[in-house]
Amino acid sequence: MEPEPSAESSAEPSAVAENAGVGRRKLLAYLVAAPTLTVAVRVGADAWAPEAAAATPQATAEGAAPAALPDLLPDLGDVLILAAAPTSHLLTLELDEDGTARFGLPRAEVGQGLTTAVAMLIADELDLPLDKVRVRLDDARPELLFNQLTGSSNSIRALHRPVRAAAAAARARLVATAARQWGVDAADLTTRDGAVHASDGRTLGYGALAKSAAAPRTTEAPDVTLKAAGDQQVVGRPTNRIDARAIVTGRKEYALDLDVPGAKPAMVRRPPTVNGTVAQVHNAADVRAMPGVLDVVEIPTGVAVVAETFGQALAGKEALRVDWGAGTVDELSHDDIKAELRKAAPDFLPPLLVQHIDAEYDFAPVSHAPLETNSAVADVRDDRATVWTAAQSPIAARAAVAKAIGLPASRVDFHVVQAGGSFGRRLFFDAAVEAAQVSKAAGRPVRLMWSRVDDMRHGRMRPPTHHKLRVTHTRDKPLSLQHRVASVETDTGHGIGDALTAGLTELPAGNETFAQTMFRLSMRSPYDLGATAQTLTELPLKLHTGSWRSVYSGTARAAEEMFLDEVAEKLGADPVEFRRARLKNEAQRKVLDTAAADWGRELPEGVAQGVGFHEEYKSRVAFLVELDARDPKAPRVTRAVIAVDVGRAVNPRGVEAQMLGGLTDGIATALRAGLHFDKGLPLEGSYSQFHYARQKDSPQDVTVHVVESDAEPGGVGELGVPAAVAAIGNAYARATGTRARSFPILFDVDFEPFPR
Amino acid sequence: MPAQTFTVNGEQVTVDAPDDLPLLWVLRDLLGIRGPKYGCGIDVCKACTSHLDGEAVNPCAVPVSEAAGREVTTIEGLADGEKLHPVQEAWLEQDVAQCGYCQPGQIMAAVALLKRTKNPTDEEIDAIANVCRCGTYFRIREAIKSAADRMS
Ligand code: FES
Ligand code: FES
Repeated sequence: MEPEPSAESSAEPSAVAENAGVGRRKLLAYLVAAPTLTVAVRVGADAWAPEAAAATPQATAEGAAPAALPDLLPDLGDVLILAAAPTSHLLTLELDEDGTARFGLPRAEVGQGLTTAVAMLIADELDLPLDKVRVRLDDARPELLFNQLTGSSNSIRALHRPVRAAAAAARARLVATAARQWGVDAADLTTRDGAVHASDGRTLGYGALAKSAAAPRTTEAPDVTLKAAGDQQVVGRPTNRIDARAIVTGRKEYALDLDVPGAKPAMVRRPPTVNGTVAQVHNAADVRAMPGVLDVVEIPTGVAVVAETFGQALAGKEALRVDWGAGTVDELSHDDIKAELRKAAPDFLPPLLVQHIDAEYDFAPVSHAPLETNSAVADVRDDRATVWTAAQSPIAARAAVAKAIGLPASRVDFHVVQAGGSFGRRLFFDAAVEAAQVSKAAGRPVRLMWSRVDDMRHGRMRPPTHHKLRVTHTRDKPLSLQHRVASVETDTGHGIGDALTAGLTELPAGNETFAQTMFRLSMRSPYDLGATAQTLTELPLKLHTGSWRSVYSGTARAAEEMFLDEVAEKLGADPVEFRRARLKNEAQRKVLDTAAADWGRELPEGVAQGVGFHEEYKSRVAFLVELDARDPKAPRVTRAVIAVDVGRAVNPRGVEAQMLGGLTDGIATALRAGLHFDKGLPLEGSYSQFHYARQKDSPQDVTVHVVESDAEPGGVGELGVPAAVAAIGNAYARATGTRARSFPILFDVDFEPFPR
Repeated sequence: MPAQTFTVNGEQVTVDAPDDLPLLWVLRDLLGIRGPKYGCGIDVCKACTSHLDGEAVNPCAVPVSEAAGREVTTIEGLADGEKLHPVQEAWLEQDVAQCGYCQPGQIMAAVALLKRTKNPTDEEIDAIANVCRCGTYFRIREAIKSAADRMS
């Protein structure tokens, strides 16, 4: 089932051995025929990361009780890694004659710092200064199958080994080439700062070697050994973003900053309810005559106005008079959804002969609201099309664009641009599809942008959820945990489903639905609470949902962490002690102890601490927050201590940034940010209505401890949210004496909604 | 269409644009100055923050006619050639940016604040309403304090 290597290969590829404290394993690399040194990596699925290799039914079955060997259980990331494995050999690293290394990254950069981390991996293994490494985002490459999807905090987990293998193979080839030129033994040569050095003082820069090191035909790369953790110079060192200077000087280009010749601004007038349709446009001619307006065209999702400037496109779209057809959920409002969800999560039966504690939690939908609204540039011609946009799932996006404009996918060039934020939003490619449709209809290239109002109302949202929780217990000890989650269906029609299905062919899925499989793979209790059963019921409502910085854990694990505080209290235990006694291993206890070092310190009345813990993506984190709720209408997190263990942290500074992001998301979604769905459309259409946290909501005192570890790198991006939300919910309960059941806690409609 | 003349980043420009066209679109779409970002268009998110005669404004809510004869500074005009403004330096030192989209506006807001007051208090920093959806607020705060030190 493994595809052929990308280029002709005459021999069995040979092995790159790794020696990083996790044993030797095979990594396959090729030297690819090219004008300058080019290396491609191939990693056999059998030689993959130990967790993933163990994530087969056999291995799991042999793995004794799951509780004793939690790391052997596959999670969502493992399955995506398995799906990606057969095509990883297509990742290539090129060395230019000017001594720079270029790597095409089959992932999205959305602010999570991936390009920096990957550049660090290459710089380290290649002994090349970091500023000589260029990481570009790959165009959609359909041959990558499932290996071009950014999600589940999976990128470093999936890519760190092949990326390092490519760099190591390139370095070895450079050394061998220099040895040949000098007529010396390669073993006597060293590399440093982008050059090969001989003991007699001779040096050759990589750039000068790039041509002679090129392979005349594609062959296997000789065996090499990856650096041991202790020899790494760049990996593990807190490092600033490689694109920071471009950002602070305003030179960083997002989709709408690109100079695509002739591409004109376009905006879409959208229906008054989600998924509504265009029935009739009354004044297209009048709007076409407005200043700067170039065209008015109908597309399936609305009516687009193309103009000289976005200001004029916006004025044009607002002047349109349109009759609309019904949407998919026109009658639905917030309270109906909440009630339906409560019904959907099955009630617990009264237990026999055993004490129990029950609790319920609700979470409102939350907009992704990346600061860069949904946008794309498209240039559609008769026989071909080009699209530029931020995309986490470019292969599926390209196919969707092709279908929408009636071209074969092979005629669509799909360029991935860095995103101005995502949080899961750029898994969907509606802007790209619309831009292509408008470009085709208007017969000119366009830069299509969603207004903020549309981005919040017609964009994606984290599905609202309801949670029923029960612990059964003896006088002082939990015996079982049950958690029944009801969620509006999470739309995964963006490729993650295909990737998961591919990865799952060898995993037991039984009769589960796809969503239940995903739920099972991403939900796991880090505690020993006796028999634990977490289940998901989905409500098939046609809202625009999507995963939001995790698929389920942002709400489900947050609910469990808050429930745990309730249980501890009822059993007369301290919440930190209660957790500590039930965590399963030292690594978990270490982050909890580090974060909670001054748990219980003296605070004024109305100010309180709260903790939350979460483990996922082979990483673990604990948050301690202090919340000032002396004015219960204006609670503020005043301090946070975060301890995080992500295994070997490629860039601790980037890990810290992601924890700060998780903290801010926690503050926003626990306290004030949510959407009110009202008769088919969210009421919120602005950051003045959807109250995402601002500086005034953010603590002035934050400490992040990144725990040192040589374990396999785990995931980072989505890790912080559940623990942050829970810590804030728990602090709020302790500060006010009232446990919040519904989130966000402060959720009034305190604004006049925009007209539809 | 009226001709609008003003200065951008030290250069005089003249563009044909209706008086009521927001300055943001004159900058981005007619002049190709794309550092100021759109995030809402209604003076809420502050992603477009730039300076008009040295004071922070939100060009999405400023009609171009109001800029006539005045001096507009965008993020592109902040550095002196290759030499960065101390606030930009502080932003690099603190590695503030994540996706980076809000940061031109954040930096321009911070520069304006430091112009008004040399040593801003936490309360004054809290009053900066620029949204950062990636949640970089803590590093922004640290960077402003560091910039204040650099500039004193
Ligand atoms: S775009 Fe100007 S304030 Fe939001
Ligand atoms: S860095 Fe992404 S919005 Fe601020």
